[in-house]
Amino acid sequence: MATIAPQSVRSTVDPTGKRDNTFKVRKRKSNRTVGDWFILLAAIIVGLLIVVPFYLIIINSFKTAGDYATGGALQWPAQISFDGITKFWNRVNFPEKLWNSILISTVVAFLAMIVSVLNAYAIGIGRVKGRTWIVVLFLLANVLPQEALLYPLYFMFKSIGLYDNVWSVIIIFTVIQSAFGTYLLSSVYGTFPKEILEAASLDGASRWTILWRVIVPISRPTLSVLLIFFFIWTWNEFLIPLTFLVSNSNQTVPIAIASLQGDRLMDVTTTSASALLGLIPTLIFFLIFQRTLTRGITAGAVK
Amino acid sequence: MATVPLSQAKPGRTQGSAGDGPTPKKGGRLNLSGYWLYLIPGFILITLIVIVPLVWNIYLSFTSYRGIRPPKWIGFDNWIELFADGKFWTSFGNSVALIIAMVIIPTLVGLVLAAMLFDLIGKKFGGRLASFLRATYYLPQILPVAVGAIVIGWILRPDNGALNEILGAVGLSGLEHNWLGSPDTALLSIMAVMVWIQIGYPVVIFMAALQRVDPELYEAAELDGANWFQRFRSITVTIIRPEIFVVTLTSTIAALKVFGPIYTLTRGGPGNSTIVPSYYSYSEFFQSQQVGYGATIATALTIVIVVVSVFFIKAQNRAEEAESDR
Repeated sequence: MATIAPQSVRSTVDPTGKRDNTFKVRKRKSNRTVGDWFILLAAIIVGLLIVVPFYLIIINSFKTAGDYATGGALQWPAQISFDGITKFWNRVNFPEKLWNSILISTVVAFLAMIVSVLNAYAIGIGRVKGRTWIVVLFLLANVLPQEALLYPLYFMFKSIGLYDNVWSVIIIFTVIQSAFGTYLLSSVYGTFPKEILEAASLDGASRWTILWRVIVPISRPTLSVLLIFFFIWTWNEFLIPLTFLVSNSNQTVPIAIASLQGDRLMDVTTTSASALLGLIPTLIFFLIFQRTLTRGITAGAVK
Repeated sequence: MATVPLSQAKPGRTQGSAGDGPTPKKGGRLNLSGYWLYLIPGFILITLIVIVPLVWNIYLSFTSYRGIRPPKWIGFDNWIELFADGKFWTSFGNSVALIIAMVIIPTLVGLVLAAMLFDLIGKKFGGRLASFLRATYYLPQILPVAVGAIVIGWILRPDNGALNEILGAVGLSGLEHNWLGSPDTALLSIMAVMVWIQIGYPVVIFMAALQRVDPELYEAAELDGANWFQRFRSITVTIIRPEIFVVTLTSTIAALKVFGPIYTLTRGGPGNSTIVPSYYSYSEFFQSQQVGYGATIATALTIVIVVVSVFFIKAQNRAEEAESDR
């Protein structure tokens, strides 16, 4: 099973390879062959193919439907128009959806982190009995298809009156995300230097104090990666918010956008604008957290 | 607040362990009793939100339940129906198509792209260019899948979509098509969406893994006359095998769970040409109100996912053992 060492979580990705290669790199830089240029060209073409859909969405979101009808999808807008965007913005009351998504994702990220830290403290540092099975249990919770929990959860939250309430989604994702967090943090805490813990307990610190004053601050880099991941994963969730947040005013951004597809009032540029508004928030996170994210994505897979 | 007595109870105990502390070489361990208290909140939550619903769902798969009157026990009837249900097998067939689109293609292409970026572009054209291209490939991964699906769905629009326009512009108007609306291309279109979304994930993981490859190994192989492909296969693929396992496992699980793109783009149609197990069970739960049967599909999907995971992990462990025996 892939386990994650804390060092790998902290180390940054350096795409140029190992540092001590710089000399060789310089030596080679001059002998680029024709083949090398072809491979570069191929890599750039792949990049363009991946980016073209974004480009098309961006240019067409700023067209009027008439402009689209005459000029088609590929032409630069004849005139920058915010029609599509404003139409969609007002139709779904976009700020409200944005707020729902931010609220749900933020609360989930923090709650799930707290639960993960508590679990991982017991498993990784406390080495409680049967910890392997406990970790497997948490991992299972993360691997399960949400459909297998969907109807009973729907029934449960309906009977306690939390159906169609953002808190239902918050509670569910706190558990699902913390299951992954427990798995990851337990292995990180499993390698936590014992000397530090012993020194702290010699100073008379209680276990509770050690956790919040020693362990959490030291593992902050890992925790911040987790926090960002929990936020984005929750933001991107679909099935459970779709099922639980039925009324318009509770919906999250992806649900609001998806549920209007195929609507009669959605003309071609409004649909494009809906996709644009859906991708802008995640694009912003990506730009802000790019470094942390690349660290985290790779940390998850590195042994 | 409930933690206050807890923290007060601690010092006494830790003092005890502090007594062992000065001789760390001999005893050298902290008092480990009582840590299970920290598992209580996590355990209560996972029991309520995962274990109880999971067991409940398995129970429902043995009942006839339409969501209103209490479930009625019918034994294995749902399961027998499931095995004879062509729609169910179609949905799993489509999952296999999604595995091709989300696991096989991205892993193979991702390996080549990662090797290209790392070995060649990173070294000969500079790391900045390589990491820029890597970020470009990764871009679709950050989108909510449903939004990613809408982006591609928009391009595949039947009447005035961008793809049909491009085909017309290059003189291939004969290929213009209602991509998502015809049974012959709907699944292929969904697969294209998933390839686009997925491709960046293996690239990023594999590029990080490639940093472990010792360049001297490569140079030695080069001197021995191994060509690029031979070096790639015998050195690169061997060294980054753990990452290949992780990527294939996580992507296979993701492929079996696909729901958002199907819901937003095709709702399983036209006909059943893009139905997948998760969408099938969802529609049984909330559209046909056949909750018992929906639970059966969901349980079957769970079993498949658990079996696939166990199989993968076992295979990886075996490969690791074989490696260390060498």
